[in-house]
Amino acid sequence: MSADTGKTLRTRLGRVRGLGSAKEGVNHWWGQRLTAIAMVPLFVWFAFSLVALAGAPHATVVAWIRSPVSAVLLIALLAAVFYHLALGVQVVIEDYVHTEWRKLALIIIVKLASALAALVGVLSVLRIAFGA
Amino acid sequence: MARPDRPLSPHLQVYRLPLTAILSIAHRITGVGLAFGALILVAWLAAAAAGGSAFATMSGLMGSWVGRIVLFGFTWALFYHLANGIRHLFWDAGFGYEKADARMSGIAVVLISVVVAVVVFGLGCAKVGG
Repeated sequence: MSADTGKTLRTRLGRVRGLGSAKEGVNHWWGQRLTAIAMVPLFVWFAFSLVALAGAPHATVVAWIRSPVSAVLLIALLAAVFYHLALGVQVVIEDYVHTEWRKLALIIIVKLASALAALVGVLSVLRIAFGA
Repeated sequence: MARPDRPLSPHLQVYRLPLTAILSIAHRITGVGLAFGALILVAWLAAAAAGGSAFATMSGLMGSWVGRIVLFGFTWALFYHLANGIRHLFWDAGFGYEKADARMSGIAVVLISVVVAVVVFGLGCAKVGG
């Protein structure tokens, strides 16, 4: 933030809101970092779990998913993965697709598909957790 | 054409990318790849929820030769993106910007990602057998 020297065209209200020209401030950047930090321990746990489960029969895997710790962490993992992924792919699209309608259409498809895929994953975990 | 008296941006076809640049684009490529890998995770959970026969089909696909090659690719991509992501978080916090440091952390990320991917995947395959 520059000092109020009177040489800026930005209004004082605009500066105090801190949302910048993109109108969303640091939300995108911060959301991506927060989910990244969350995924570090989540994926360490997930990798250990998958090695332990490798080759296990259906009943063992279902029992693992059903346990409260696994169910909660799996849902947290799915939420972090798909939120992070939607933000990341959005940036890639913004960098390489320069036709406005194509860019917008792709971003909308990515966001809706990510939400849908996350919901399928969460519902699968909940069905098992609540005894499907 | 007169040679402009100012720095030129690297021409990608003749410019030998430094390690940090290769790792940067690799971070993006593995990120996009992992977006598709996330769908495999969802398919695996959905198959487990759907029942024993769906889960057996999914296990069969993942255990086949093609499945294993694909899964190893995703395993490495995951650990690469994870390790390099931690490197990015350190940069965000303001550490490791010196040229030598960035190169050293880059080499560390490559080595760690390969070793962890091989160990994790190897342990998994050893448990499955075959």
